[in-house]
Amino acid sequence: MSKDRLTHLKRLEAESIHIIREVAAEFRNPVMLYSIGKDSSVMLRLALKAFYPGKLPFPLLHVDTTWKFREMIAFRDATVKAEGLDLLVHTNADGVAAGITPFTHGSSAYTNVMKTEALKQALTAHGFDAAFGGARRDEEKSRAKERVFSFRTDTHAWDPKNQRPELWRLYNSRVRPGESIRVFPLSNWTELDIWQYILLEKIPIVPLYFSAERPVVNRGGQWIMVDDDRLPLLSGESPELRRVRFRTLGCYPLTAAVESDAATLPEIVREMLIARTSERSGRLIDHDDSASMEKKKREGYF
Amino acid sequence: MNAIDPNVAADASAFTDYLGRHEKKSLLRFLTCGSVDDGKSTLIGRLLYDSKLLFEDQLLSLEKDSRKHGTVGDDIDLALLVDGLEAEREQGITIDVAYRFFSTDRRKFIVADTPGHEQYTRNMATGASTSDLAVILVDARRGVLTQTRRHSFIASLVGIRHVVLAVNKIDLVGFSRAIFEDIVADYRAFAAGLGFKALTAIPLSARYGDNVLERSPQMPWYDGPTLVEHLETVIVDDDAAERPFRLPVQWVNRPNLDFRGFSGTIASGTVRRGDAVVVAKSGRTSAVKSIVTFDGDLEAASAGEAVTLTLADEIDISRGDVLSGAIDRPEVADQFAAHLIWMADDPLLPGRPYLLKIGARQVTAQVTAIRHKIDVNTGGELSAKSLALNEVGVANLSLSEAVAFDAYAVNRETGAFIIIDRLSNLTVGAGMIDHGLRRAGNIHWQALDVDKRTRALAKGQKPAVVWFTGLSGAGKSTIANLVEKKLTALGRHAYILDGDNVRHGLNRDLGFSDADRVENIRRVAETAKLFVDSGLIVLVSFISPFRAERQLARELVEDGEFIEVFVDTPLDVAEARDPKGLYAKARAGEIAHFTGVSSPYEAPERAEVRLDTTTAAADLLAERVVTYLQDTGIIPGVEVTI
Repeated sequence: MSKDRLTHLKRLEAESIHIIREVAAEFRNPVMLYSIGKDSSVMLRLALKAFYPGKLPFPLLHVDTTWKFREMIAFRDATVKAEGLDLLVHTNADGVAAGITPFTHGSSAYTNVMKTEALKQALTAHGFDAAFGGARRDEEKSRAKERVFSFRTDTHAWDPKNQRPELWRLYNSRVRPGESIRVFPLSNWTELDIWQYILLEKIPIVPLYFSAERPVVNRGGQWIMVDDDRLPLLSGESPELRRVRFRTLGCYPLTAAVESDAATLPEIVREMLIARTSERSGRLIDHDDSASMEKKKREGYF
Repeated sequence: MNAIDPNVAADASAFTDYLGRHEKKSLLRFLTCGSVDDGKSTLIGRLLYDSKLLFEDQLLSLEKDSRKHGTVGDDIDLALLVDGLEAEREQGITIDVAYRFFSTDRRKFIVADTPGHEQYTRNMATGASTSDLAVILVDARRGVLTQTRRHSFIASLVGIRHVVLAVNKIDLVGFSRAIFEDIVADYRAFAAGLGFKALTAIPLSARYGDNVLERSPQMPWYDGPTLVEHLETVIVDDDAAERPFRLPVQWVNRPNLDFRGFSGTIASGTVRRGDAVVVAKSGRTSAVKSIVTFDGDLEAASAGEAVTLTLADEIDISRGDVLSGAIDRPEVADQFAAHLIWMADDPLLPGRPYLLKIGARQVTAQVTAIRHKIDVNTGGELSAKSLALNEVGVANLSLSEAVAFDAYAVNRETGAFIIIDRLSNLTVGAGMIDHGLRRAGNIHWQALDVDKRTRALAKGQKPAVVWFTGLSGAGKSTIANLVEKKLTALGRHAYILDGDNVRHGLNRDLGFSDADRVENIRRVAETAKLFVDSGLIVLVSFISPFRAERQLARELVEDGEFIEVFVDTPLDVAEARDPKGLYAKARAGEIAHFTGVSSPYEAPERAEVRLDTTTAAADLLAERVVTYLQDTGIIPGVEVTI
C-alpha cells in the first residue's frame, strides 16, 4: 500500500479536522468566523466532522455589515437551526450610527469600519483567544506565506516578518492575555478542492452561487445585484434581469456577479475550470493594488 | 495540467469522467530549495504558468509588477508570482516559506518554497517537515555550493528520503551534457552519506521551461523524465499504513454519558474494530469497540485518517496519551537524545526550562547536555555549550514527565517535537528524537555542573535577596507577602523569611538584646545566602534596625543579588497603626528594646527601593518591587513578542 491509498481530498479533510480539534483542545475560548460563503460552509462541515457525534465546542461568529445579501442571512439562520449551532452576530453599531455605507465612504473605509473594526470589536468583547477563518493560501500571494496558526498581537495585528515557525503537525497555541491566534484550517485547499468537496459531500451552499435571473445594474463593467432598495441608482441606471451567479459572496454592493448559466455544482466547477478571471477579482476591495491584501491583513482583516 | 481541455468541458459525460479522475487524485508534498538566485521562485512560477493556473487578472498584475520590480528585462518575471510579501518583492529575495498549489490529472501538489538565504535555514526545515520529497536546485554555472550541501543536509535531517537534483539554467551553459554530468557526480559523492533512498537528476531551464513540463528539444542526450513527469509518478513508498499503530489522542469526545470517544489523527499503522489497544504510558489495555466518523462507523482506519475510537472498557485516557497496538509499543521515557534545530535569536541554554510539544502532549523540558553541534556544511561534529540561531546539534533532554515516542527515523509523526520559549511563547526549536535514555545511566547531568546559575536558570530567574527593612508595623510583611504572591503568579520561585518562621524555630534561643538582634540577623542572612545558592528569590522581612548587619547580609551574596527595600513609614504612623498592639506595650514599658521606642532604627542611606507607605497602597508598592526585579533582570520582564 502506498500513500496514494488516500485521495488528496481525504488528506486535506483529515488535516483540517486535526487542526480544528487541536484548537478546541488547546485554547480557552475559541470561535469560528462564519462568513456564510462556500469556504465557511466547508469549514463548518469539517468542524461538525471533527467532533461528531458531539456538538461544536465553540460558537460561530458572523460579522454582519448589514449589507449582506438577504439570501445569505436566510441561509445562515437556516443552517444554524438545522445543525443546532451557537451563533453570535456582531455589527459595528458605531459604524451604523455614523451612517457608514459602501456608497457614502468608499469601499475601503467602509470595509475597514464595518468588517475589520467590527471583527476586532467582537473578538475583543468576547475575549476570544483563537478565531478560525476560512482563508486559503491559493487565494492571494500574501496568504501563501501565512501560517495555519497565525499569531495576532493584542491589537489584532499580523507581522508577516515575524511569524512562528510551523513544523509537522505541531501547532504552537501559546498566547498571552489579549493576544490571539487566527487559525486557517483550509490553508492547503484550493478553490477546485473546495468545489469538489462540496460536490462529493453534498454540502448545502447559498443559492446565489447558482445561476438565476437576478436584477442587476452594470457598473464599471461589473454586474451589481439590486438586492434591496438601499442601492442608490445612478442616473440612467435601471435594474435589468440577467442570468447571473456569484463566485464569491460578501456585501452585495461590493460583490460583482458574473453572467452564467451554471445552475448545478458540476456546471459551476466546469465554469470555474475554464474561467479566465481569478476568484477574488469579484471582490472590489482588492483592486487598489496588489499589495493591498497584505496591508489589510496587517491591520487585522481576515 | 489543471486547465481543462475545452472539448472535455463541452461534453457532459467527458466532464463527469474528468471530475471523477480529479476526485481520485493523490497528493504529493514537496519542497524546493537551493542557493540565492538558483531560480526556485522562477521554477515554481513556471510550474504554475505552464499548468495554466494563472488567471488573466493575475497575469495582468504580474506584467505590471514585472515592469516595476522585475529583473529579467521585458520578459515576465515568473519569480514575482511567488515572492508574495511586499518587502521581499523590493529586496528581490524570498524570505519566508510560501506554499503553492498545482495539480495534474494524477496528483495534486503542495509546494513549499523555501529560501536559499543562509540566515533563514529555519524556514527550510519548516518546509521540509511536511514534505515527502525535495527538489534541490543547482545553478548549472556554479555547481554544488556550500548552501547546496547545507540544504541537502537539512532535508536529510528532517527525514526526506526522495531528492530531485534540478540542474537549472542549463541553457546558460549551452545545454552541456558534460557540465550536467560533472555536477551530478559531484553531488552524488557528497550526498552518499545522507541516507537518501532515491536521487533523480534532471537538467532543466525554469526560465524557458525545458524539461519542466515539456521535454526539451535542446537536450536529446537526456532520456530521463521531465520534472513534472517525475513528480507525478514518483512513489514515495510510504508504508505508514503497515507500520505499528499509533494514535496520539487529541480530544476526548464526550457528548453525553453514553459516549466516550478518543479522537485523533492516526500517526502510523492501521487499526481495526476488535483490535487490542494499549495506552502507552499507563500500559492499560482494552479493545476497539468502534471506529466512529461523521460518515459512519469504519471497520478499519489507517495512517493519516482523523477518526474517533470507542473502547470496550472504561480506562483512563486523556489528551496527550498515545494509543498503540498490544505489541510493538512506543517507547516511554522522560529523557531522550535528539537532533535539534535552533530557530530563535536567543540561543538555546542548557538548564533553562522550555515547553516541549510532542503529539498532543505539552511538557516542560530542559536540555541537560549538548553532546555536540554539527557543521551543516561538512557534517563535522563540534563541541558546543549552546546552540545559536540556525545551528543544529545533538542533545540530551530531560522532561518533567514521561512521554510516549518513537525514534524519528522510524516514525516522523511520533518522533518529532517543537520547543517553545516559556516567556516569549515563540517556537524556538525543532527536534527529532534519536533514542530514549535510561534513567540510571543518564540521570546525571553531563558536561554541566549544577551550580547556583543552573539552579536559578531552571527556575527561569536570577537568585536574589530582597531585604525589607523598616519599623515594626511599617508594612514589611504585608508587602513581602504580596510580592511573593505576584512572583508565584508569574511562575517564579520565592520564599519569605520573617519573624514568624524564623523566630519560632531557627532563632528560638534568641531574645531582643542588641547582641541577640545582631545574631538574629546574621543567621537570617546566612540562611538567605543558602537559599540564593539554591536559585531562589528570598524575601527577607525583618526590622533589621542596624546598618552594619544589613551591610553584612549584603556582603554575603554577590553584587546585584542584594536588594534593600526600605519600607518607609514614620514612627507616628506605624505607632498609630500598631497592628499587633506592640507599641502600646512598649510605651507601657512591657517590652524592652523596642525599635523606635527604646532602641534605635538606622534608616538605610542608599536602599535600592524606597517605599513610602503613606502615599500608596500596599499592592501598588509590591508591584513596584516586582517591576524593579523585572527592570534589573532578576525575573524576566513582560517581553513584547512582536
